Amino acid sequence: MSLALRIIPKLDIKGPNLVKGMHLEGLRVLGKPAQFAKYYFEQGADEIIYQDVVASLYGRNSLHDIISRTAKEIFIPLTVGGGIRTLEDISSVLRAGADKVSINTAAHENPELISQASRVFGKSTIVVSIEAIRQPDGTYQAFTDNGRNQTGRDVIPWARRAEELGAGEILLTSVDREGTGEGADIELIRQVNGNINIPLVVYGGIGSSEHALAAIAERKMISGIAISSMLHYEYLINNRNTEGFEKEGNIEFLKSNRFYSKITPTPLRVLKKAFMKKNIGCRFV
Amino acid sequence: MKVAIVDYKMSNMFSIKNALDAVNVKSQITFDHKTILEADGAVLPGVGSFQEAMRHLEELDLIDVIKEFIACGKPFMGICLGFQLLFTESEEFGLNKGLGVIEGNVESLSRKLTSVPVPHVGWNTVINPKLLNQQKFGPRSKIVLDDNDYYYFVHSYYVKPKHINDILTVTRYGSHEFCSSIESENVFACQFHPEKSGKKGLNLLQNFFS
Repeated sequence: MSLALRIIPKLDIKGPNLVKGMHLEGLRVLGKPAQFAKYYFEQGADEIIYQDVVASLYGRNSLHDIISRTAKEIFIPLTVGGGIRTLEDISSVLRAGADKVSINTAAHENPELISQASRVFGKSTIVVSIEAIRQPDGTYQAFTDNGRNQTGRDVIPWARRAEELGAGEILLTSVDREGTGEGADIELIRQVNGNINIPLVVYGGIGSSEHALAAIAERKMISGIAISSMLHYEYLINNRNTEGFEKEGNIEFLKSNRFYSKITPTPLRVLKKAFMKKNIGCRFV
Repeated sequence: MKVAIVDYKMSNMFSIKNALDAVNVKSQITFDHKTILEADGAVLPGVGSFQEAMRHLEELDLIDVIKEFIACGKPFMGICLGFQLLFTESEEFGLNKGLGVIEGNVESLSRKLTSVPVPHVGWNTVINPKLLNQQKFGPRSKIVLDDNDYYYFVHSYYVKPKHINDILTVTRYGSHEFCSSIESENVFACQFHPEKSGKKGLNLLQNFFS
């Protein structure tokens, strides 16, 4: 036996709600993040990622409440990202109960933040999040703000630089595939995987167990796979709740009782069994 | 049982507190010498750099307090960096002296491993070097770590105990096998994070502090 592949439910958060969109846009409300996190913990999730998708537009207090509530109920690592700009921001999210933070925009604006944060909080606490969009010439560019703003940086050298500066891990999102259920961008993963020596967590496009297997097939630095819709839908099949949401946010999708057809709702355990069948070590609870 | 979580301004103490709360073990986060020494058990947690950690312990005058606590024979647990700090010295950012409670040193994983990522992040299994265990611990040990149970690891350095008898479990990563926990009299310390290792981790905390 050795290191297990990490299956990491990724929960996008807007204000008090868990949301999900496509290409990181068009957010629809799915429920309350802490409830989903607790469910995933009990089902054997290896880690949880909370991504505050509109961090710059809202106050941070609701996120801190969600983090501290979650940290009392789940005993696996919790990574929090979104709107983290300074060492103080990192410190306050860690104090609320997060174990790691993921940084994107602030790292582009001030790459030194990665090295400072890594020195102060330990390398393994600092995850650099890369939002990649494929360009017409076949290269990949790094974006910020949910794929809205171009940074002018190529993904590969940026991933390398993040490692040099002291990132403990890379969270790689394919914005093109995110929310589509069309499968991972294997080429993107291959390119990044071949150019770094720190753990890589891949995200975006997974709509079935087969997609998940294909995404991690190369292994090497791939140590985890982050998944959203496929797991969220499975939760919703048994736990639909349309009550108690604030006026803001689109809950029509949640009420409609329909899912996006390209995504197969799959329980964590079933997904892990699919990995085990291919001799990829997973942890069961 | 009241457990002191030694606060030396280095890590998220709250995750240990949350975990102990969840298994109904009373605990307090503190750097007060008297509170620590009067506690029935203690945890030395830690995330961050070895050198910084020793500096903080020194500034808070906690080095002798920790040694005195351990000498009393009450249950003491070191976690992650708090495990490494118990050793003689570490090569992280130059050679630095540790607490010296357990003989041995701390070395970099990246010197040993090139084909797998460092830091070692994720869920890995612990293995009991069996013969050794039966001889040394037998049923007396309060720590039940089953072969092939998964625990959560996050680290770039590993410990090399001088005395093989101190080793409770080892863990394999890539081509390398390192000591993932030790038990020496009243001290149990581990490289993994019981407070982040799901229900197995919670059980371990509960068993040790009961």
